[in-house]
Amino acid sequence: MSYELNINGETLSVDVDADTPLLWAVRDNLKLTGTKFGCGVASCGACTMHIDGQAVRTCVLPVSAVVGKEIKTIESLSDDNSHPIQQAWIEEEVPQCGYCQSGMIMAATALLNNKANPTEKDIDSAMTNICRCGTYSRVRKGIHRAVELMAAK
Amino acid sequence: MDTISNMSDLGVASSRVSGITENSSVIKPSRRQFLKTSTAAAGVLALGISAPIATRRAMADTAAGESSLIDIWLTIDKNDQVTVAIANSEMGQGVYTSMAMLVAEELEVDWNSVHAAAAPAAPAYKNLMFGMQATGGSTSIRWAYDPLRAVGAGAREMLIQAAADQWGVPAIECKAANATVTHAASNRSLRYGELVDVASKMSPPTDVKLKTPEQWSILGTSAKRLDTPLKVNGTAEFGIDVQVPDMHIATVMACPTFGGKLKSVDEAPALAVKGVKKVLKLDDAVIVVADAYWPAKKGLAALSPEWDRGANAGRNNESYRAELLAAIENEAPVAHDQGDTVAALTAASEVVEALYEVPHLAHATMEPMNATALITEDGAEVWAPTQGPGIIQRVAAGVLQIAPEQVKVNTTFLGGGFGRRFEMDFIVQTLLAAKMMGGPVKLIWSREEDMKHDFYRPASVSAFKAVLNDEGYPTAWHNRIACPSIMSRVFPNSVKDGIDGQSVEAANELPYAIEHQRVEYKITETGVPVGFWRAVGNSQNAWFVQSFVDELAAKAGIDPYAYQMKLLEGHPRHQAVLKAAVEASAWSERSASKPLGLAVQKSFGSYCAMVVELEPDVKSRLKIRHISAAIDCGIALNPDTVVAQIESSIVYGLTAAYYGEIDIEDGAVKQSNFPNYPMLKLEQMPAIDVAIVNSGEAVGGIGEPGLPPLAPALTNAVFFATGDRVRRLPLVKAGYSV
Ligand code: FES
Ligand code: FES
Repeated sequence: MSYELNINGETLSVDVDADTPLLWAVRDNLKLTGTKFGCGVASCGACTMHIDGQAVRTCVLPVSAVVGKEIKTIESLSDDNSHPIQQAWIEEEVPQCGYCQSGMIMAATALLNNKANPTEKDIDSAMTNICRCGTYSRVRKGIHRAVELMAAK
Repeated sequence: MDTISNMSDLGVASSRVSGITENSSVIKPSRRQFLKTSTAAAGVLALGISAPIATRRAMADTAAGESSLIDIWLTIDKNDQVTVAIANSEMGQGVYTSMAMLVAEELEVDWNSVHAAAAPAAPAYKNLMFGMQATGGSTSIRWAYDPLRAVGAGAREMLIQAAADQWGVPAIECKAANATVTHAASNRSLRYGELVDVASKMSPPTDVKLKTPEQWSILGTSAKRLDTPLKVNGTAEFGIDVQVPDMHIATVMACPTFGGKLKSVDEAPALAVKGVKKVLKLDDAVIVVADAYWPAKKGLAALSPEWDRGANAGRNNESYRAELLAAIENEAPVAHDQGDTVAALTAASEVVEALYEVPHLAHATMEPMNATALITEDGAEVWAPTQGPGIIQRVAAGVLQIAPEQVKVNTTFLGGGFGRRFEMDFIVQTLLAAKMMGGPVKLIWSREEDMKHDFYRPASVSAFKAVLNDEGYPTAWHNRIACPSIMSRVFPNSVKDGIDGQSVEAANELPYAIEHQRVEYKITETGVPVGFWRAVGNSQNAWFVQSFVDELAAKAGIDPYAYQMKLLEGHPRHQAVLKAAVEASAWSERSASKPLGLAVQKSFGSYCAMVVELEPDVKSRLKIRHISAAIDCGIALNPDTVVAQIESSIVYGLTAAYYGEIDIEDGAVKQSNFPNYPMLKLEQMPAIDVAIVNSGEAVGGIGEPGLPPLAPALTNAVFFATGDRVRRLPLVKAGYSV
């Protein structure tokens, strides 16, 4: 089946089975490899994208369910690392191996889009992604720093 | 794809180090290496260290205009662009940055002008602590500290000489700073880029003078990581992201029981899935090859392979545990002996005894195992997130019956390593698949495969006996350990007289002044494959030892801090980190409302102490309020990286202490994915303070030393809070909710 998807502001078509998770259509068919595969069971958050502005784990989200929706991947943030989240992540040196970070960043961006000044509790409940390198303290700091950068804009 | 693909990722477009050829002018015979130049076609100064054994190209150049970095460590081009080849694998620990810092410091360039690129596999890039090109054991900076600084200093001296020659002045009157050589007396200066052409034709100096730490401007600072910009926008290339033209994507299922074999499989159900190309049968696994991962996975799920479940099929938790416990009943090979421990135990009126146990653990790197391979008539090319590019060359040569030099290895970024990516199982599967397909194949493991076919941290049991004197301090210490041996499989020659040094590390070299000491070890195979897991033997033995010392302090009725400080007399580095961690903690207010525990451990050349403070109501939920860590890694070359690695080790250790247990059922691993092998999450993250104790001693490792003290400091705090001595991990199975 061919599906037209609205990804990062472009209409792109993928020829896959209806049950193909968005993650794999994006990675293998569209060759946008910034979004990662970690578990395949919606448990780690490595595959997080924005669907109509919300953070969604796309390893269990079939392509057929996202036609007509606005899909955004890590590649959409900026061309030059200028997004406040990226700036904050660089300032705080958040990533280690970096593998979870696309998902972390997309989850954090969705949080900030919905809540300009999240509380610690908001961060706790929005940021349930797994990071095996243990960057959690810096993810928290990065979010706080991004809030400041966004406010200063 | 070519070996320097990571270089372009790092924004190095102009100087793809094209046309670098080897130059035979080897100048400086040091014990292990020689500084050498390479003549670069485009007037690039390229400096390397030649290997003790002469090296040739790994493979012929891939295409016109593109060549391989073979044994070049540093290039400087006409635009002052500095690129450092990174021989070790970047798996989060920061080697892209720290290794480049070593060169940049001596080279006298601005940190912002420095780029890093993954080195290919070649003998010149051998990790001199291992004798092969591999990353592990927190060795990268320890081995590279002198050679890489010498490379930077050598290049600096050559550039200075090139300028001095041009001006007709003595080199000694010239100074290098900020990628420029100046002659103050005549007020002349030349940029490095203007000098590289001349310098590249010179002989490297036979002797270089290295700066002292007081003269450093990059080392010792928290220089920004070179890989971070790539890791906030999805452009960092991990193994799973590799794209090779006409590549197929495959996934695999090995026999669920360890050592089992594939009997037969009906391929039809997989082949019926749209996009599936082929079903490959290996001795012990089935691989489904397809256009993309999803059809490969669907195809694999449709198969019902018949397995010969093999000799381990009857194993389970109870059986391996019984074997370990049986093994410590009898005298075992002696790993360390001093005084007469047996006599001291026999003569004692009271012996303190305790038995500790830890389970097998999976690595669960965030990026599941994967690799990409292409096999041609000329050799093989492998793209892999690997800790052992040099090992891949050897292993692939064996599998394909070709020479190691015919195997070109492209090391990508690693989505975590922790020892797992030292292994070659997924590489061999990929090579076999690529060979059978006659074209490039990327093999991606599912998370389930990754969890069920790891090389696990060995399950281990440790029995202690101690005799205390009238003051409550130990005079005799007896420790008998049983666990599977990693080295028996990986480096069998290193196992001598029944002792695998890694199985007893942290147990056999106590820093404590105890008159009679005996440590015994019995290699006990459990039928579960074991491998290097972050901090290796230290990960369990530090927990055992530091818990038992805490037991002895409690028995003696002495504050554990005072007790440890007394026992550690004569070991100032241990004492200094312990003191620093304690002083940064609420130790002086230790009470029911502020329960704290501590531990200290030396590993990988570094000393680390931790104090864990819990929220008081441990029984309803075990929650850490604060962790004070102190680390002495000799010299903290990049303090922010040091802090990050301690934080990382804490999370890795905490996850294991809270949840970690791989269960064996009918010879197979029961856990399959994160829902049943849970991970610490952000919400549980404690506040952490890291104190860096700069002793100025030899540079130590940093990727692992933060892990060993965490678990004992935690369970010692649990004991203080509850009176419950946890002697078997994980905590969730000891009735704690986290
Ligand atoms: S890969 Fe989707 S949540 Fe883990
Ligand atoms: S940075 Fe490595 S998994 Fe998060």
